[in-house]
Amino acid sequence: MMIYLMCLVLFSTGVYCILVKKNLIKIIIGIGIIEYAVNLFFILVGYRLRGRAPILAKEQVIQNMVDPLPQALVLTAIVIGLAATALIVAIAIRLYEKYGTFDITKIRRLKG
Amino acid sequence: MANRVTNSDKQGMTLIVKTITRLTVGLILLYGIYIVTHGHLSPGGGFAGGVIIALSFIHLMLAFGKDLALRKLSQGASSFFESLGAIMFLTIALLGFIGGYFFFNFFSKGKPFNLLSAGIIPLCNIAICLKVGAGLFAVFVALILLEVPIRKK
Amino acid sequence: MILPLFVAIPLGSAFIVSLLGKKLRGFADSFSNLASFSLFSLSLFSLLLIRKFGTIVYKVGGWIPPIGICMVLDSLTSFMLVTINLVAFLVTIYSMGYMERYTAKWKFYTLFLLMLAGMNGVIVTGDMFNLFVFLEIAAISSYALVAFGVEQEELEASFKYMVMGSLASSFILLGIALLYSYTSSLNMADISHLLAQKGDSKIVFFVSVLFIMGFGLKAALVPFHAWLPDAHPSAPAPISAMLSGVLIKALGVYALARIFFNVLGMSSISSSILMVLGTISMVLGGLLALGQEDIKRLFAYSSISQIGYVVFGIGMGTTLGILAGLFHLFNHATFKSLLFLNSGSIEYATGTRDLRKMGGLSSRMPVTGYSSLVASMSISGIPPLSGFWSKLLIILAAIEAKHFIFASIAVLISILTLAYYLKVQRSAFFGELPDALRGIKEVPLAMKLSMLALSIICIFGGLLLIPGIQKNFLNLATEILMNGNSYAQIVFGSIK
Repeated sequence: MMIYLMCLVLFSTGVYCILVKKNLIKIIIGIGIIEYAVNLFFILVGYRLRGRAPILAKEQVIQNMVDPLPQALVLTAIVIGLAATALIVAIAIRLYEKYGTFDITKIRRLKG
Repeated sequence: MANRVTNSDKQGMTLIVKTITRLTVGLILLYGIYIVTHGHLSPGGGFAGGVIIALSFIHLMLAFGKDLALRKLSQGASSFFESLGAIMFLTIALLGFIGGYFFFNFFSKGKPFNLLSAGIIPLCNIAICLKVGAGLFAVFVALILLEVPIRKK
Repeated sequence: MILPLFVAIPLGSAFIVSLLGKKLRGFADSFSNLASFSLFSLSLFSLLLIRKFGTIVYKVGGWIPPIGICMVLDSLTSFMLVTINLVAFLVTIYSMGYMERYTAKWKFYTLFLLMLAGMNGVIVTGDMFNLFVFLEIAAISSYALVAFGVEQEELEASFKYMVMGSLASSFILLGIALLYSYTSSLNMADISHLLAQKGDSKIVFFVSVLFIMGFGLKAALVPFHAWLPDAHPSAPAPISAMLSGVLIKALGVYALARIFFNVLGMSSISSSILMVLGTISMVLGGLLALGQEDIKRLFAYSSISQIGYVVFGIGMGTTLGILAGLFHLFNHATFKSLLFLNSGSIEYATGTRDLRKMGGLSSRMPVTGYSSLVASMSISGIPPLSGFWSKLLIILAAIEAKHFIFASIAVLISILTLAYYLKVQRSAFFGELPDALRGIKEVPLAMKLSMLALSIICIFGGLLLIPGIQKNFLNLATEILMNGNSYAQIVFGSIK
């Protein structure tokens, strides 16, 4: 139970970063923290009591293994997060080139 | 020969880093290839192995400077390998129509726990490794080569 | 069978264009047009398949669901497929002419085909995590496309869109994780079967709230709409048409409808939440659109308002309500993309997007002017164009379900819509031609063709309500959503 609450604390830290911080790079780090929190939660869903790693080698039986399906899904989700992070960092670098600053309160040309 | 100062001596990091890199970058590449090809027997597979292979090239670039790394794997070549990996993956999936279904495992499965077993899974791992490795290296090169003129506001 | 081809064709074409588009001239144009035309004909063919075989379930890789991923083709799927591929095909023809002004046209086509692959994948899949993966493919391609011409405003809009979109995707993944922990299955039909057996519990309510937040942001419901008025105007015009015309419907409204009706089960709480959010979107979008001077920003706020109509119709839960909502979805896809393509041609010819600087364009650009008139009259609900029938059905459905306050709000906002579209027509197309714009010409042929085709569909869209055609196209789609939890029986029964 405690460990799921830790995931929630991590998630709230990420949301706090996105909402409060003014530097573009800190907002990107906040998005990264949120993705870590959700991936961690997904893997923890698959835990079985006294389970071991779900690798089937020779002369071993399928007994007491944790659930391997969330591990495969989280691998995909990590790669998707990598692609999104690469794109958003590239856009942040271009924003610095055009506006001259990383401060999000000064990048406000679109309003209304 | 010890007195020649070439252009590549001025780029990159110090001599200690360059010597160690010469020793280890081949091992890192080999390790990445091991993780890719044994993806159906032990943890790893295409994604993880592709990232390690890309990291070996990035290691080369960090230690020796961008000219030498781009001579080993140029920007056009990494873009080519990326698209090639995706098309290879899609072709393997479409070839499953031979067995009747999209993505069907139509190769012979062999004996379990051997290296050459599990049908199309090793081929898919190799395709994904190409795509992820070349893609990650291409992203890194594109961000490094982007020259940002600093505007004075 | 043809179901995997809806995803395989655009994916393959995207990477082939990326490989060869730089070297061969004109290859990117012709190949992507060929790809989108083949997708459009396949989607029309899927309508015939539904007539003959009923619901079709395709097992990917031969693995039997719920162990494997399955792709489901039922009437709602083929309805959405026809809508999306029709608009995508016409937009591809348009971008042959429009994207000449941008550099690196092959990069545009690669990203465009990837976005199309993602949208098609969201619609045909029958598995929850597969839905998430395709949703991310389409969303990341659209982030890159909004920032395509790298100017100041486009980058800022794309950054804002990306931050909000990543947050929404994290909420959706959290919802899927919770649903997996409750039912230990990822297949949509299996989850609906298990949830019907286990009954109501608090975790299902929490999951539905997470999904409303996540998919509501993709569908631009108020209060999650803040990215749309910045992102849609800044994109190049064909991308604005795709984003506003199909992306917010495929990723947002379709996913909401499928999950709430077929997987989680529609309760009265979810129904009222969707209706209230829909109505607030209608009102807010309409009111904020009145004061805009930028033509594309006005169209973006109008999109928020019309999607409010669609979500209100679908959220009602009655047969007539869902029928009206789906019909309005199809109509909005056609006339909103036509309006954005018109604004693109205005920008191509005159170089400005400001309504105060335009006037009297109809004399020099007749095709753009008349198609814009048709689209504006249709969206405001003037008979006998298509928009009138769908808005009338929504209001009738609201009255039939005894939601009189909502019905009167819908009528008022419809009059408001007429007001601001008349403002657009008067400022842009009728009136005096300013001296600075005397030398403009009509747009190239490719752009004219697609605008004409969309306006013809707008005019004749009302024919979809003729009983013979309506029974096969719209009524079947409505039935799938009304069936609710018996989706599971239908899918399990169709697995051979």
